[in-house]
Amino acid sequence: MPGILVAFIGMLVFALGYRYYSRFVAEKIFRLDPNYVTPAHRYKDGIDFVPTNKFVLWGHHFTSVAGAAPILGPAIAVYWGWLPAFLWVILGTVFAAGVHDFGTLVLSVRNKGQSVGTLAHRLVGQRAKILFLFIILILVLMVNAVFAWVISNLFISYPASVLPVFIQIPLAIWIGYAVYKRNKKMLLPSILALAIMYLTAVVASKVDFLQIDLVQYMGGEGGSGLFGLGAVSTAFLIWIVILMVYVYIASTLPVWKLLQPRDFINSHQLVVGLGILYLGLLFTNPEMTAPITNENPDTPWLPLLFITIACGAISGFHGLVSSGTSSKQLNKETDARFVGYAGAVGEGVLALVSIIAVATFFTSTDEFMATYASFSDANAVGLGTFVEGAAGLAGGLAIPPDIAVTIVSIIVVSFAATTLDTSVRLMRYIIAELGIEYRLPALTKTHVATTIAVVSSAALVLLPEGPKGFGSGGYQLWPLFGTANQLLAVISLMLIAVWLKRLGRNYAVVIIPMVFVMFMTLYAMIQQVLFEWSWMGSAPNTLLFIFGAIILIFALWIIITAFSVLTKKEENSLEI
Amino acid sequence: MLDQMKKILQLYEEMLEIPHRQEIARELRNEDDVFLLLLYSEMVGIPNPVFYYTLELYPFMLEKFHDWHLRMGMEKSPLSGIRCC
Repeated sequence: MPGILVAFIGMLVFALGYRYYSRFVAEKIFRLDPNYVTPAHRYKDGIDFVPTNKFVLWGHHFTSVAGAAPILGPAIAVYWGWLPAFLWVILGTVFAAGVHDFGTLVLSVRNKGQSVGTLAHRLVGQRAKILFLFIILILVLMVNAVFAWVISNLFISYPASVLPVFIQIPLAIWIGYAVYKRNKKMLLPSILALAIMYLTAVVASKVDFLQIDLVQYMGGEGGSGLFGLGAVSTAFLIWIVILMVYVYIASTLPVWKLLQPRDFINSHQLVVGLGILYLGLLFTNPEMTAPITNENPDTPWLPLLFITIACGAISGFHGLVSSGTSSKQLNKETDARFVGYAGAVGEGVLALVSIIAVATFFTSTDEFMATYASFSDANAVGLGTFVEGAAGLAGGLAIPPDIAVTIVSIIVVSFAATTLDTSVRLMRYIIAELGIEYRLPALTKTHVATTIAVVSSAALVLLPEGPKGFGSGGYQLWPLFGTANQLLAVISLMLIAVWLKRLGRNYAVVIIPMVFVMFMTLYAMIQQVLFEWSWMGSAPNTLLFIFGAIILIFALWIIITAFSVLTKKEENSLEI
Repeated sequence: MLDQMKKILQLYEEMLEIPHRQEIARELRNEDDVFLLLLYSEMVGIPNPVFYYTLELYPFMLEKFHDWHLRMGMEKSPLSGIRCC
């Protein structure tokens, strides 16, 4: 089947979903009112609460939610064949992610622009707030560990990408200085920075000594490294230590110095990346060589598919952005449909191209089956295959393959690095908040909280043993990341359902995806935690068992809470 | 065509500028808060010899003052004589 046809069907479903389903939800379920005074107008302060043009807000919302996760998940899930991943991405986006992102936005707008965490507190009480904080804490811990591994892995596999990625740091600091201290416009400096990065990428792809290849420095894959470890293990160790030192510094600096200027550059990269991939797809028109479905998988697709692809189908993290920042800037309530639903569609478009890039990369189905031989292999090679596949699509625009590979890996690393930076910062805030909650003032200190965040993330990424030895076990955490993310989405959907129920509206559009995601998460957790990682399982692993068990307990807790809140006949504690 | 391109570019630039604008506005507000604190430090127990004169500015910044004391964590105006809320 041609890749273009798959992309076309996906786009068509997204368009129909937006045109009809989101309109149905907006008019019949949420009953959006164009005359409702949104928090952006009611609490207008010129800072957080600012009425913003819907296209501008959509762009900001989309760049905030899009990252490396909607690329990595689908690239792994193609293991079960491209059709299951494709269906989950398009149906998940239309019926789950769209409703979730749109719903959290409307819920927050109707409740003074408050975040999902605060709403959970008001609705269920203190217990829900703590539960919420712990789930976000686990989520960001997973993000730190997974993305530190992802970046190290890409640095080792594509050494030409190292230099351009590191050049981005001084360039971002320069933009930060020019924009915030010299009051310059940011469009031109950030485009210039991107041009310098890509120019470095072109040079580094052609000149060997500009490629920082740690494994090669230690005598290749068979070489020996530090502390009696192999060359690859040592390379992982060195990159992870460097990354952790970097995030420690980056997450304690003021946001304008590094984080925000990096985001400006990355916004261009998102546009460039999507543009190159879809245009390349149009020009190359490759065939889908991956099988439609994998007949003999060693790990069943049910329920793991729904955990492996979180961002791109449904992601709790989006609810934090919807209710945290976007809801405070919505000009008209009716704009929520475009910002929330089309924001989720944007993420779906990114996940879709990830599936196509991987599924069209191989020359034959046999080659695909040999590379994606087991689920564990799929986890290990997924991202690399996406980079190679995306470079193949870029070839349609006459970009040489070695340069295309370097640029695609830079894009993925940049997304992952910004996510890592933001998530360590978020973890620091949560630790500080827990410190206030449990009266442990030491935890509220910036450097204590950051040290805890960085050390625990480093431990989590270094401890599980992977196929390439020390530090390569990060991919084992991917399903756990998916579960934590889905649990967050379940809580948000539950809050929307409670709100709709109290308004006397039909809440089936929310409760169906909620029950579906909750069931799949629970099913996957029980399967993995009890039958795989526990002492009586097939692959005992104490660390993963402990983390999995904590998430499982939280999941059960949420189900009990959801059930009791939904069945309780209570007076209106949320505004309408 | 050119106008449309310009419009798209302008929208794109605005998208990028949201966090930047927020950050600048936040810093300016923080500076304003410190300035107000200097003007009305007497209210929080720090002796201020020019308080008598700065108090004259108060009617002109009633709304701003109200937002300020809310941000400073005081739900009601700390002034017993003149109340804004």
